[in-house]
Amino acid sequence: MKDKLIYFLELTGFTWFIPLVRLTAGESPKHQMQVLGKMVGVPLFAIAVFLFLWHLGAAKVITSLGQVPGPTQVWEQVNVLVDEHKASREREQAFYERQEQRNAARLEKNPDAEVTIRSYTGKETFVDQILTSLFTVFVGFLLATVIAVPIGIVAGLSDTLYSALNPLIQIFKPVSPLAWLPIVTMVVSALYVTDNPVFEKSFITSALTVTLCSLWPTLINTAVGVSSIDKDLINVARVLRLNYFTTVIKVVIPASIPMIFTGLRISLGIGWMVLIAAEMLAQNPGLGKFVWDEFQNGSSSSLSRIMVAVLTIGIIGFILDRITLSFQKFFSYDKNAVIR
Amino acid sequence: MDKYLNIDHVSIDFPTPNGPFRALDNVNLKIEKGEFISIIGHSGCGKSTVMNIVGGLYKATEGGVVLEGREVDEPGPDRAIVFQNHSLFPWLSCYQNVELAVKSVFGSSRSRKQIRDWVEHNLELVHMTHAMHKMPSEISGGMKQRVGIARALSMEPKVLLMDEPFGALDALTRAHLQDSLMDIQAELNNTVMMITHDVDEAVLLSDKIVMMTNGPAATIGEVMEVKLPRPRKRLDLTDNQDYNHYRSEVINFLHQHHARKVA
Repeated sequence: MKDKLIYFLELTGFTWFIPLVRLTAGESPKHQMQVLGKMVGVPLFAIAVFLFLWHLGAAKVITSLGQVPGPTQVWEQVNVLVDEHKASREREQAFYERQEQRNAARLEKNPDAEVTIRSYTGKETFVDQILTSLFTVFVGFLLATVIAVPIGIVAGLSDTLYSALNPLIQIFKPVSPLAWLPIVTMVVSALYVTDNPVFEKSFITSALTVTLCSLWPTLINTAVGVSSIDKDLINVARVLRLNYFTTVIKVVIPASIPMIFTGLRISLGIGWMVLIAAEMLAQNPGLGKFVWDEFQNGSSSSLSRIMVAVLTIGIIGFILDRITLSFQKFFSYDKNAVIR
Repeated sequence: MDKYLNIDHVSIDFPTPNGPFRALDNVNLKIEKGEFISIIGHSGCGKSTVMNIVGGLYKATEGGVVLEGREVDEPGPDRAIVFQNHSLFPWLSCYQNVELAVKSVFGSSRSRKQIRDWVEHNLELVHMTHAMHKMPSEISGGMKQRVGIARALSMEPKVLLMDEPFGALDALTRAHLQDSLMDIQAELNNTVMMITHDVDEAVLLSDKIVMMTNGPAATIGEVMEVKLPRPRKRLDLTDNQDYNHYRSEVINFLHQHHARKVA
């Protein structure tokens, strides 16, 4: 039970809690306290030092929007944003309740009356914007994975194809999302023409930009991972006369999973970074738009609110990385490998 | 008279920037069914290349390999290979490694139960049933090589090819595995072609020892029959005159050729 719990915590990245588990199991308390101090105490102390330095430094810089916010002002804005979100949700609920009451009243008078429910059109809250950003990056990243992994596998197995693709990869890899965005915007405007679009154009533009920029690390890592598989393992597949498809499924993919996931982690990190920039310009209602709107708004609390967004972006990026890391650990055959 | 396995005037060139490099030149060898032959030579003399050509992993530039009257030029389970570094798939358990081989070779002709029994039978031959559900990373090098042998045997090969199968193991483990291999050989009477650089191993296990000259353009220098009676017991042989004679023959051959190479 204890070992299973520890394995689970290790897999999910909650290594902080492992000493606590061992402690409650009564395992050498002194040693566990030391481990706890090193694993939890040191990082917490570092964060405290950072907050203190931030507090001191911020007070010294005065901008046209007032003083640069310190930790306390930023924390205030966190609460304000949460309150705004709650208030907005209450208004939304009230809006729908009013409609239902009105419709019910109308139906009572005349059972054949046509009733409609109009959707709420209030401004997106900070939480809505986070969810939009997450959904957008997820779609873009998924698309990049679906494209990059198969191409990477085929390229890794064929030297010719790899030589053909390599220059293209090297040229497109360093291109900034801001350079892609105008082209993607124009192409989407030209091709995505429907009367009742399921997705906003801004969403598709942002997602595709994420795809274009996050595709490369997965592609390169998959190709390198596949081409560096132990030749004897491939020879075993040849002796067994496995066909191309079976070889890929039974040998190539399991052998290169660690490298594929390393690529996916880098891709997701890049995708998340790119998304914020893409949302600013494409006006996709996510965190990037939030930052841009606050910047344009220019109130005395804007800098604090942008700082909240900055920290949110950082924390979500960190969580996304941890999630892919857990997947990587779960799918890798070598459970003892140290992956950071 | 047709031999079982015929390596017929095989030469191979490898491309290099300075033109083709002739690694093997005119290798001629006939092997009978049920024979255990060892190929011995200095490292880099191309003995593994011979095995890779028989295994179909390399294509001979000249000549060819004929097995039971048919030319072989691509890899197949009828020439199963035991690799030096075991080459088990690390993401599959021992059982699954053997099962993958059995399913690929006999998947269409045998029932599920037959496949399971056959996998277990082969693991039993190498004494690995106790750890068959462990992952390769959880067992020792000797045990991994046992599973590698079980995997090769499970394909029911016409010729079993072994590329320095015990080269990476410590002396004690190697001795255990050699004894196991002799037991299995007594039971199944396979045709085996083993690459080795260990003189004792060659004399102990083989019916014939094929000694190769040094490269480039390596070829067969001498073939020596080992007429020691079977079953052979390692301990009885240590002061057996014939054994020591065979041993010194091989050592002399290797030393002469080494000397020539240095000079």
